[in-house]
Amino acid sequence: MDLRYSDTDEAFRAGLREWLAAELPNLAPQPSRDDWRARRVWDTDWQRRLFDAGYAGINWPEEYGGQGATPSQHLVFLEETTRARAPYVGVNFVGLLHAGPTIIAEGTDEQKAAHLPRILRGDEVWCQGFSEPQAGSDLASLRTRAVRDGDHYVVTGQKIWCSFGQIGDYGELLVRTDPDAPKHKGITWLALPMDLPGIEVRPLRTILGSSEFAELFLDEVRVPVSCRIGEENDGWRVTNVTLSFERGTAFVSEMVDAVRLVDDLAPHVTDPAYRRELAHLAAELDGVWALTKRNVTQAARTGMMGPGAMMIKYAYSELRQRLGELSLRVLERDALAVDVVGEFVEERLRTLALTIAAGTSQIQKNIIGERVLGLPKEPNR
Amino acid sequence: MNFDLTDDQIALRDGIRSLLEGRFPMERVREGFDRSMFDELAEAGVFSLRADGFTWADAVIVFEELGRACVPGPLVDSFGADVPTGVVEPHPGRTLWVEHLGAIDRLLVFSPEGVDAVDPRALDGSPAEWPLDPLTPVTPVDGLPAGERVGDAQQAYRWWMEGALLTAAQQVGLAAALVDLSVAYAQDREQFGRPIGAFQAVKHMCAEMAVKAEVARAAVQAAACVLDDPDTGDLWRALHGAKVLAGEAAIACGRLATQVHGGMGFTWEVDVHLYLKRAWVLDTRFGSIDAHADAIAAALPAPA
Repeated sequence: MDLRYSDTDEAFRAGLREWLAAELPNLAPQPSRDDWRARRVWDTDWQRRLFDAGYAGINWPEEYGGQGATPSQHLVFLEETTRARAPYVGVNFVGLLHAGPTIIAEGTDEQKAAHLPRILRGDEVWCQGFSEPQAGSDLASLRTRAVRDGDHYVVTGQKIWCSFGQIGDYGELLVRTDPDAPKHKGITWLALPMDLPGIEVRPLRTILGSSEFAELFLDEVRVPVSCRIGEENDGWRVTNVTLSFERGTAFVSEMVDAVRLVDDLAPHVTDPAYRRELAHLAAELDGVWALTKRNVTQAARTGMMGPGAMMIKYAYSELRQRLGELSLRVLERDALAVDVVGEFVEERLRTLALTIAAGTSQIQKNIIGERVLGLPKEPNR
Repeated sequence: MNFDLTDDQIALRDGIRSLLEGRFPMERVREGFDRSMFDELAEAGVFSLRADGFTWADAVIVFEELGRACVPGPLVDSFGADVPTGVVEPHPGRTLWVEHLGAIDRLLVFSPEGVDAVDPRALDGSPAEWPLDPLTPVTPVDGLPAGERVGDAQQAYRWWMEGALLTAAQQVGLAAALVDLSVAYAQDREQFGRPIGAFQAVKHMCAEMAVKAEVARAAVQAAACVLDDPDTGDLWRALHGAKVLAGEAAIACGRLATQVHGGMGFTWEVDVHLYLKRAWVLDTRFGSIDAHADAIAAALPAPA
């Protein structure tokens, strides 16, 4: 058991540092928060730079244009890019972290060729269409209907929490193809071209006042059957490929950022009781970071995520709520306007989502209780 | 980077676990620490791990198992010693409590200036009739005789932090045992016609405990790895953080385990209270949660 990165990993780190130092000064200023067209240009420009330098799709297999990095190199990549304050994936999030890996795992050769290179180059942006107004934590109860009509599915329904819905070229869409089957067995995964007739996108204003999410209204949208990823009615399994990916290294950049936030907040904290509380949070962050390294080691050895993966999301997102609360208490009335002192207020608002998105803390605790500890399920679920 | 137990470390863990299960079942643990326990543990190599070439990462694996088995005694205090040894850190104006005074041959007195060895037979005091942890006898002592200097200030700090790490490992073991006890009880105990572990209110307490134990274990093992190879992290922050997280995990798991066990958790018969009481005792050893948190705070960027 050790924490020493290999010489290969350290060489990779050194090369990446050098590239980041040379490349980051060339970036244009970041566009304003709600200018989604400009944000798309800015985020995809960064993705193209990564692509040109041979860093795109860091953990994607080489045969699909990725870098085939080992899990520890992936960790180094996220550590270094975050520390250097390089852009995070931004609007490329769904494509790089969800849709791409799903297509790698479940797509046909044609689908892989059509989407993967474009996602890697930043030419194709994806949005997500999973949740529905009546299907949140109970995602499998989704109602958006898809009726087969020759070479098309005719899709009608409503989606919510579509990340990057206003600017996506494709949406990962879950639809019900068999209303008579048990709820997990009648779902199909479609790659929805967002320019089809019958799609209406309405920005959803969040607690931040911005609209990274959208609502999606689908009215008899004719989606070619060739857009289906995986088999008809097998979409729930296909989805879990995506969701298990989301629960892996998805929080590494967040954590590196949070460590920095603790250091940024500390100079504002004079009260010894608050400093003690901040130190607790720093220790917890270090602990969750150590658990991440454990998880990465296990993933490298077995190809599967260990039980720690389910715990990391819960532990991290909960501690982040407490860090947010502490920062407001420290700033007192300086927190009455967003981002007057540091990024603390916006971060407090943004991180409210962490214990809700991608499985609420309560759902995470059910999963830990049932799948890790082996406790019985509640009846009727 | 290979931040998981190696095959040798898994064998070490399983070996010490089966030894403890065989020789230190709860019936014996409940009788408290004595010389024979020390001798058996010494023979198993528990106190001489470092001298025998084992790493700190190995040592925390062994001490986690000692915690899991709830083995009583001045175990961390005796690490590296060949006789039962106690450790105290006197604070002016406060009563000096010595653990296991009747069972130790040597007492190490830590101060900012260094470490002094004192003959415990020269101490006056009678043990408290009702110690918090029934397996950790404590004696209030009036005044310490002069001792022999065995380590300077730098060594004192180093030994203190190593003691904190091994204590943290024991606390992780307490937490892990409390998770196991609670999960077993929640699967077995039925109310309203089903195992109580099926109810989210109970299930979530178990999940909470498991997460705290797992995060603390990762922190303790990471700190041990940094102690073995100091270039791989911020050593002092890692050690302080390990004691904070392990202390919190052990106490929180003790509290939650008592709750999961309901009325049975409030009995002498069920083992939960022994673990919780030990967790409280160990938080006072080699620096408390708050003391270590304050040390981390002192190293965070200071106000301008």
